[in-house]
Amino acid sequence: MNSRTEAFLAALLALAVLAAASTTPWLVFVLTLALAKGIAVLGILLLLRAGQVSFGHALFVAFSAYTVAFLAPKLGDATLLLPIGALFAGVLGLLVGLFVVRYREIFFGMLNLALSMVFYSLLEKLYTITKGTDGIRVPAATFLGRTLDRHGYEWALLLTALALAILCAVFARFYLASPMGQALSGIKTREARLEFMGVSARRVLLSAYVISAVMAGMSGALIAMTSRHVTPHLGYWTASGELVFIAILGGAGGVIGPFLGAIVFELVRVYAAASFADAWQLILGVVLLLVILFARGGLWGMVLKLCGRRA
Amino acid sequence: MAEWFADNGLLLGLALLDGLAYAALVFMVAVGLNLVFGVLRILNVAHGSLFAIGGYTAASLGAFAAARGLPDWMALPVLLLAAVIVGGIAGPLIERFLLRRIYSEEPVLQLLVTFALFMILEDVQKLVWGVQPLHHDAAMRWLGTVDVPFGTDVIPFTAYQLYVLPGVALITLVGLAWFLRRTLTGRVIVAVTTDREAATAMGIDAKKIFLLTFTFGAGLAALGGALASPTAALVPGVGAGTMVLSFAVVATAGLGQVEGAAIAALMIGLGRSIAVYFLPEAEVLVPYIIMVGVLLVRPNGLFGVTETRRI
Amino acid sequence: MHSTISRRDALLATGFGGLLMPASLSHAQPARPTEIKVGVVTILSGPASVFGVPGRNAAEMLFEEINRAGGIGGVPVRAIFVDEGPGVEHTLGEIRRLVQNERVDLLLSSISSGSCLACTPVAEELKKPVLLWDCGTQRIFEERSYEYAFRTQANATPEVLAPLLYTLKRKPNLRSVAVINQDYAWGRDSWEIWKTGMDALRPGVRVAAELFPRFNSTDFSTEITRLLALRPEVIFTTSWGGELDTFIKQAAERRLFERSTLVMPLAESSLERVGHALPPGHFIGARGDHWHLHPNPADPAKLRGFVENYRRRFNAWPIYPTHHMYQAISAMRTAYAKALETTGGAWPSDAQLARAFHGLEFDSLTSRIKIRPDGQGLEPQLIGTTVRSGDLPFPVMNDMVIYPPELITAPVGQKSVDWLKTLTPDFLNRAPG
Repeated sequence: MNSRTEAFLAALLALAVLAAASTTPWLVFVLTLALAKGIAVLGILLLLRAGQVSFGHALFVAFSAYTVAFLAPKLGDATLLLPIGALFAGVLGLLVGLFVVRYREIFFGMLNLALSMVFYSLLEKLYTITKGTDGIRVPAATFLGRTLDRHGYEWALLLTALALAILCAVFARFYLASPMGQALSGIKTREARLEFMGVSARRVLLSAYVISAVMAGMSGALIAMTSRHVTPHLGYWTASGELVFIAILGGAGGVIGPFLGAIVFELVRVYAAASFADAWQLILGVVLLLVILFARGGLWGMVLKLCGRRA
Repeated sequence: MAEWFADNGLLLGLALLDGLAYAALVFMVAVGLNLVFGVLRILNVAHGSLFAIGGYTAASLGAFAAARGLPDWMALPVLLLAAVIVGGIAGPLIERFLLRRIYSEEPVLQLLVTFALFMILEDVQKLVWGVQPLHHDAAMRWLGTVDVPFGTDVIPFTAYQLYVLPGVALITLVGLAWFLRRTLTGRVIVAVTTDREAATAMGIDAKKIFLLTFTFGAGLAALGGALASPTAALVPGVGAGTMVLSFAVVATAGLGQVEGAAIAALMIGLGRSIAVYFLPEAEVLVPYIIMVGVLLVRPNGLFGVTETRRI
Repeated sequence: MHSTISRRDALLATGFGGLLMPASLSHAQPARPTEIKVGVVTILSGPASVFGVPGRNAAEMLFEEINRAGGIGGVPVRAIFVDEGPGVEHTLGEIRRLVQNERVDLLLSSISSGSCLACTPVAEELKKPVLLWDCGTQRIFEERSYEYAFRTQANATPEVLAPLLYTLKRKPNLRSVAVINQDYAWGRDSWEIWKTGMDALRPGVRVAAELFPRFNSTDFSTEITRLLALRPEVIFTTSWGGELDTFIKQAAERRLFERSTLVMPLAESSLERVGHALPPGHFIGARGDHWHLHPNPADPAKLRGFVENYRRRFNAWPIYPTHHMYQAISAMRTAYAKALETTGGAWPSDAQLARAFHGLEFDSLTSRIKIRPDGQGLEPQLIGTTVRSGDLPFPVMNDMVIYPPELITAPVGQKSVDWLKTLTPDFLNRAPG
């Protein structure tokens, strides 16, 4: 697909989000969360290019969300909180990354899982600081010093999330096309060959890992400001699994996939929960199975097929 | 140091007794997971669900047997029966209709198929057995307690915990080791674990081995659940908790290693119970600390072998 | 079934068809609706569904009873249940959907304290009356004040203080206590309340061990061994659900109940499942004064009717969440009646309905509950000692004491822990029991 078609489809998706949000007020919240998750999933996508699955990226989402929750009472502005959340997650990503990029495949996945579970356990354990499972309430942030009413606040966050999503998607597209990005695919197929060419696979993977942590950090900051309450559940292993789930649902072939996947995931969950409160997990599981078994490329792959047929 | 042992030696002894029983349960779940991973190269996230279903089935059968007026000692063979039923039905069904379709796929897709299965089984289990905690402790009560001397005092332990759990784990370990080393089928399984391509090239019917191994692994998961059921109440979500711990054991052990799983389970079980006595706050972190520590020194786990890199 | 489909259609229509909806909710006097929609937030997945599902069961039964009797003010009621099991983030989305899309008239939310703390401010912002029907955290009205939120039962402070008073009265020479609680907010909070109260009422009691096994543990053997070795006089545990069942069964088998007296403020909800594994002589409670063998209920026929209907329909004894659900629904009916009276029969707006809850008095199944100015409900607490009953397959209570709520609830405007510190040994003399 050429970049013009992709940009057109992205614009279409953005417009659809705005249209749905303006006609249905309660969706503003759901869509903001979906876009925020999409940004984290985009980071997962980068690692997937290298054939590595992190089953612990909720660590960075939760770390940033808690950073925002702790700092919000002091620095209550979204323009400060967002970059700080992303930066903190990025620094943690660098530290964790230095350790985990030495491992591949299942060990990479499991180590990420283990470290995220350590953080999750600490959030529960350090009750006097984190309030345990009750979680911490996040005061409403200001935007460039201005306090907004509920309606304005929700919209400001949705638009911020949308802008960040577009920014990250464009960045990811350039990154994947760059020599660094190309080297990522090298890790998946022929890592040793990469080393013969004098490229350090670890450094390539580390850079992608830190970027993915920053993206997860943005996501976590947005989630904290949107839901305005953070709990350790943000960092549980099933939350990490959900991110990988969305990546596959959306399709790993393009940078729009994560957002498509995240929006569909959230909507399916909400509608399934509304209709079958007892069995929404089952429904999500079946959807995932059907996508993997019958639509390998995910939703984005389906879109590509449709476009290909028309062209 | 000597002084510390004089003060705490008795307590340490108790901690070892507790840790042994706990390690036995952990081993029972993890060894099946590890075996399946070694042969199929699929990390089965739904392993925890099979554990839960095994437990529920055992509790239901136990209650049924008691209602029919069968003698109390029957509670023990019922546990084994439950494992055979669950392994024998769920194992082939899942392998034949789900996993067989995805053997040639990327690891991440395989992982997600089992993640989807996990979500589905969590709800299925809830729809079948409801949400009320289920408990059938006839096996534990029938065996009674054993008084362990503790200074001038005695501490009652259940015989089930003291003898049955470690005993079954030991039999499983020795039996598996014998089976894998001394029987033809066992050796074939080892061959597939070590080098799948070479094994199939030599004419081994991988399909049959996969089916056999997965069924066996599912049976072990169910047996783990069944063994846990006399002492623990079964509740929704019990599978998810079990899962994370097994992941840690598998990664610590080295993939596909039976003896490794035993040693990792022992380290984690003893580490945890010692922590409960002397550093309770660190209890939840113990499995992860052990895992990260082991992987720092031995990147492929305790008994893992480095795979030849593809060039 | 019909209602489910039409609801789904409505969702689809608004979600994808793009029906234009006014962004802000109207404040004008509304017309009499065709039905009263109640959004019920409860736990339907995960371990705490042991409380959530009985709560939903009770709601379904009671709503049917209301509709059979002609509804509220002639208007039928309908419940829309949502699951808070997946976590706060999901629940917050569901609250918005209930209010902005389903247009519910009232929210009953929720079981988990985390959900309550997160959702109540949202309901307040959306200006939708919300009844906190089961969550226990005392933080909610102590850290903020609300116009639209009300709790139709007690909170953690009286729920822990009552068993503490009961224990201290029966153990005048108490020397040592151990705690084994689930490692999460309720487990930690309830121990802090107990410890603070105990230090104030009976200074000098030694804490033999503080054990906080991982939340959702399935094995307490190690903890039980420690407790057996330490031999504390009293063991306090506010665990619940599967974990409490497991603990009781493992502890009973290893004769822990012979060495220590256990104080289990939530054990009523496990009685039917653990049966006689729980021996006589231990102190239990039910997060309120609800108990199917309440010694002197305000209206014995009503309590008996509820228990019998529930048992007939769900084949289980009603446990405390069903009582809490009854209380929330009773408060709702009483508030609607009060609001309709104030408006002279015109249908009340959200704000008018919310005002009706201020200072509301309503019937529970066993007594009468009052909502204080800060929104907190004043509910008595019943504590008793386990005893074998002749005809039931599980223990019941004797030596029951009912604690009046005014005595054991932290006064309006005071934080529980600060208030507990001001208690003196003399307080114990004034308490009943």
